[in-house]
Amino acid sequence: MSRYHLPQHRNAASRNSGLFWLAGGLGALIGIAALTAYQVRGRNRVEYRPPDDAPIRTSRRQEGRRTATGRTVTIDRPRSELYAFWRDFSNLPQVMENVRSIDVNGGLTRWTIAGPAGQDVTLVTALAEEREGERIAWASTQGSDMEHRGCVTFRDAPAGRGTEVTLDLEYVAPGGELGRWVAKALQAEPHLQARRDLKRLKMLLETGEIATNANRRSAA
Amino acid sequence: MRALTWHGRHDVRVDTVPDPEIVNPRDAIIEVTSTAICGSDLHLYDGVIPGMLSGDILGHEFMGRVVEVGPKSTLKKGQRVVVPFTISCGSCFFCKNTLYSACDNTNPAEKQDMTEALYGHSVSSLFGYSHLTGGYPGGQAEYVRVPFSDVGPIVIPEGMEDDDVLFLSDILPTGWQGAENADIKAGDTVAVWGCGPVGLFAVQSALAMGAGRVIAIDEFPNRLALAKSKGAEVIDFKRTNVLEALTEMSGGMGPDAVIDAVGMESHGFAPDTVMDNIKQNIGIGADSAHALREAIMCVRKGGTVSIPGVYGGMLDKFPLGALMEKGVQVRSGQTHVQRYLPELLRRIGDGELDTQYMISHRLPLEQAAKGYENFRYNQNDWTKVVLKPGTQAN
Repeated sequence: MSRYHLPQHRNAASRNSGLFWLAGGLGALIGIAALTAYQVRGRNRVEYRPPDDAPIRTSRRQEGRRTATGRTVTIDRPRSELYAFWRDFSNLPQVMENVRSIDVNGGLTRWTIAGPAGQDVTLVTALAEEREGERIAWASTQGSDMEHRGCVTFRDAPAGRGTEVTLDLEYVAPGGELGRWVAKALQAEPHLQARRDLKRLKMLLETGEIATNANRRSAA
Repeated sequence: MRALTWHGRHDVRVDTVPDPEIVNPRDAIIEVTSTAICGSDLHLYDGVIPGMLSGDILGHEFMGRVVEVGPKSTLKKGQRVVVPFTISCGSCFFCKNTLYSACDNTNPAEKQDMTEALYGHSVSSLFGYSHLTGGYPGGQAEYVRVPFSDVGPIVIPEGMEDDDVLFLSDILPTGWQGAENADIKAGDTVAVWGCGPVGLFAVQSALAMGAGRVIAIDEFPNRLALAKSKGAEVIDFKRTNVLEALTEMSGGMGPDAVIDAVGMESHGFAPDTVMDNIKQNIGIGADSAHALREAIMCVRKGGTVSIPGVYGGMLDKFPLGALMEKGVQVRSGQTHVQRYLPELLRRIGDGELDTQYMISHRLPLEQAAKGYENFRYNQNDWTKVVLKPGTQAN
């Protein structure tokens, strides 16, 4: 009997002492990490941070239920040409991957957007502001699935580099924070789309085509 | 068509895949006559470059005949061309400033997310070199779709052999830019780590740019012999302490410029190499950089470090202190191939630059996997492999 019991007993003892050392080691690590964090936090604390010159969309924390996002690209084309391209909304599905169709009907524009999980999202927007060659702003109206505001701004880039195009988007994500994370995981998040769409716009207007690695037309 | 495809670490095969077509207006289709295996292809072979998918066609050093052109291509059917490994649009800010490998417009928009996350900004696409740089099918194939064909390919005059000009696609301009980045003044002493094809071309380029002495470092006798044949003095790092030797050989000062033509899979049994390799194996560190660390230690105060060798990710144990305290400047970058092509083609034509001497093996495309294996594991004898898609196995 003892031949079978003794090793078991010993195993239990060594398991206990192993646990002891593991717990001790982890405890020490957590202790050092906490001490370091305390030291770093305690150094040169600043109580109030006045607003800086960076665009709001780049701030680390956003308050309220609206998400502000956007992106700037420099496109080596004249401001007037870029403005004209954008102002004709029917051009936009060429560069906007998730926009299935755009119907312009008088003052209202109906956007059919491929949302996450294969659901289409409809936006009906009205022009909020229009400054020739400088700025186009729009906002969602009653018939929209999502609350949204956006504007695109065109500025001359320094040193003759063309035009800086900034797309600003504000939206209330359907499903709140959770919806935002789901959309991000499915790559349909507005920030990601804004970034990709502006890059496609740049490609089309600078090179006359949109780059693809597809080896065959059917896959492009 | 037949093409060399990647299926995982140390698993490449010649498969039958669909032929490419003209997709965009500026495209051309090239029928490949010669294509080389690059040292940087071994990083893909070893699985240390992220963003590879099973079935990707490898190869970024290739040339051939134009068989089809899109409406906006400036090439003509039948022309013989060498194709740069960097894909560049020619019209963005970077291309206009001849920074072709930084082109904004050739990396498909959805591929740029990953590159931005890793590098802060996305870079130009490369043929056959992972989805970080576009995921474009490469040139170790019978046919290649060449996008932006009006900007990249250089037309080769009839009468010049493939093997004379093939290396314009990558390694010759890469060695040349490596030497240019070393900021060489007449009479300078330049040390080059790695006597692979890029290192050898860096040796030739540094001498052409007026270096007084070039000292080349490697461990393989055949590669050291090639460097010597092109005018370098050589150091075998398995035999000799490199820091001491370089210091002694440069009057106690250290070389004026150092060139790392090794890149992210440095070998040599040193403690940092072992640590780097363990991290590469478990996937928490991309780069092994013993050669670069050593180069920074060796360069003289106020000297220049040029890095044509390929790195992909993060690095630690980096001798930043030596860099700062010695006031060293670092210059690097993927090669802006298009910038150098006319000049280098002229030098080859005039017999100023010898290119064929480093080719150790010519194989049919069908034997590409054998080429990879030997180029990887028999580096002393296999110094450069050129694949010939049109030829049959013996």
